Amino acid sequence: MQEKNDSIKVPTLAECIANGESPEILFWVGCMGSFDERARKITRALVKIFQHIGLKYAVLGLEESCTGDPAKRAGNEFLFQMQALSNIDVLNGYEVKKIVTACPHCFNTLKNEYSSLGGNYEVFHHTTFLQNLIDAGRLKVEGGTYQGKKIVFHDPCYLGRGNGIYEAPRDLIVKLDAELSEMKRSRAHGLCCGAGGGQMFKEPEKGEKDINIERTSEALQQKPDVIAVACPFCMTMMSDGVKNFNKESEVKVLDIAELILTANDL
Amino acid sequence: MIQGIVFTCILILSIYFFSKRIGQIRKNIFLGRDEARNDRPWDRWKVMFRVAFGQSKMAARPTVALLHFFVYAGFIIVNIEILEIIIDGIFGTHRVLSFYIPMGLYNFLIGTFEYLALMVWVACFVFLIRRNVMKISRFWSSEMKIGPRTDANLILIIEILLMTAFLMMNAADYLLQKQNYGHYIVAGSFPVSNYLRPLFLSFSTDTLFLVERFCWWFHIVFILLFLNYVPYSKHLHILLSFPNTWYSNLNAKGAFTNMTSVTNEVKMMLDPTIVPDVNGVPARFGAKDVADLTWKQLMDAYSCTECGRCTSECPANITGKKLSPRKIMMDTRDRLEEFGMGVHKNGAAFDDGKSLLFDYVSEEELWACTSCNACVQACPVNIDPLSIILDLRRFLVMEQSSAPSEINSMFSNIENNGAPWKFPSSDRMVWSETGV
Repeated sequence: MQEKNDSIKVPTLAECIANGESPEILFWVGCMGSFDERARKITRALVKIFQHIGLKYAVLGLEESCTGDPAKRAGNEFLFQMQALSNIDVLNGYEVKKIVTACPHCFNTLKNEYSSLGGNYEVFHHTTFLQNLIDAGRLKVEGGTYQGKKIVFHDPCYLGRGNGIYEAPRDLIVKLDAELSEMKRSRAHGLCCGAGGGQMFKEPEKGEKDINIERTSEALQQKPDVIAVACPFCMTMMSDGVKNFNKESEVKVLDIAELILTANDL
Repeated sequence: MIQGIVFTCILILSIYFFSKRIGQIRKNIFLGRDEARNDRPWDRWKVMFRVAFGQSKMAARPTVALLHFFVYAGFIIVNIEILEIIIDGIFGTHRVLSFYIPMGLYNFLIGTFEYLALMVWVACFVFLIRRNVMKISRFWSSEMKIGPRTDANLILIIEILLMTAFLMMNAADYLLQKQNYGHYIVAGSFPVSNYLRPLFLSFSTDTLFLVERFCWWFHIVFILLFLNYVPYSKHLHILLSFPNTWYSNLNAKGAFTNMTSVTNEVKMMLDPTIVPDVNGVPARFGAKDVADLTWKQLMDAYSCTECGRCTSECPANITGKKLSPRKIMMDTRDRLEEFGMGVHKNGAAFDDGKSLLFDYVSEEELWACTSCNACVQACPVNIDPLSIILDLRRFLVMEQSSAPSEINSMFSNIENNGAPWKFPSSDRMVWSETGV
């Protein structure tokens, strides 16, 4: 993927408010999207799509903080709620209504776990959001780069099973005129990449193999040109898996946002 | 007359012991914490009809689903036959329903029961083969010790014996009907047991009568024994799957509960002017033992029939880790039985120094979970092993500060930097800059 490494002017919500603008949507970047080298490219891809279609968006910038998802799932409810309440304070302070994020973990937490603590927002995962933009005629996607290419999609647990979103990412792949390939374990029975529940931050327990190796080998059996993901944690796990099998020159691991961006050569 | 009295006594005794056991299970379930699961009743009925009556989640494995459906339909529909058997047993009548419903319908019913009985027989036989000859791996994983394996086999064997007795009884009855023997009126159609007749052709009429009576008694006595075995076995799902699906979690699977006890504490930390509500503070955060779980989590444990679909879809288990969601459910049930018995004998203050966490479920199992919800999705009766895993983790973290060191680092990074890694929060926008 050819990435132009130019600096992007990204508006923060604070600046927008100061300029008397009210953006259509808040882009919640998430910790992976902010700090992880690979996931930053997903963040940039999504922002470039927004800018391409002239969508008025903003980010929280330095005011953004971890949603608390990894803490909650590792059992630290105190830390989760500390994060949640202070994030809700910021979001409600700006009267945020709509949020989009490229991370299913942030998506799930913001959508499902903030409301009973006083944070009520309309939250979109970027795959659904992009789908909506296409449906509304605001974003055009044509085959281009991925025409006829075989793309296998790996369901993120917190998008699929966690929130019942299976079709949006698949519809986007189909729109690229690519051949959508399904693993045996997909949709509701998709196998986890191995990162959730705090596993991303620790060594796995003793076992026969790592979960991402099991999953990547299943994906590679489909002989895909691309393994498509929709979660920055899955991105890390599947990329590591592909490297483990020495297939990184043949098989690319790309987020749906990157597919859309590069297909359109934006 | 004597037969009627003996039968009535057996019937009353078995109902008495069955109710007593169910009462004990009910008490055990209510040792759990309170949790409201009565909202949206209409949605709950829909889930119950779809998942329990309709067995929708079994369809993920179609062959087994079909076989299981035969056994399930057999169980439900053959209950009509049992109604007749009970009336006959008490009043000394024979095929009493044939006097009260049109003969055509009666024949149709008996014929249908025979087909069902055959299908139950075949299905149970295939299930035995799958377990003991094909040795399908999910029936032989580490928590499937001799006890649970015997439990499963015993149930299948009893069902096969019951169906055999039912069909043999009908075959003998049919022959007696043809010979105009005693009270054996011509009633019923016997599309399956018809083929068993050759077994009895050499029998005298009196021997046939003995065979018919023996099978009749064997059938009903074993049904009553079965009734009393079920609440001690994994087979309790035939009853509990209905309430268990009714009380399903209706929220998105990704949404974990927010602990209100923690909310109060956190709000006090953030705003010292808030007056603490003493009643709101629980004895402990998270779960150490079964009484710290909710009644629904305990009902889940009694509803588990140890099919192992959860474990066979668990990414940790698939890759050889110790965690098995089925074991979590079996452990919860075993500990609840032990704890419930203790409370029953010694009162509410019972303490045997043991607990679900540590004595049954190890920390290694808990930390292998990816919280992916595959086990929850896989369960045909909507059991939620993940919620128990999370509550046990909560106890480890919030009461014992006992998490793997990398997890503790992740916590302190979030606390200090607002991200799970040691990056300064001032770097949050670096992604937008040149050269990334």
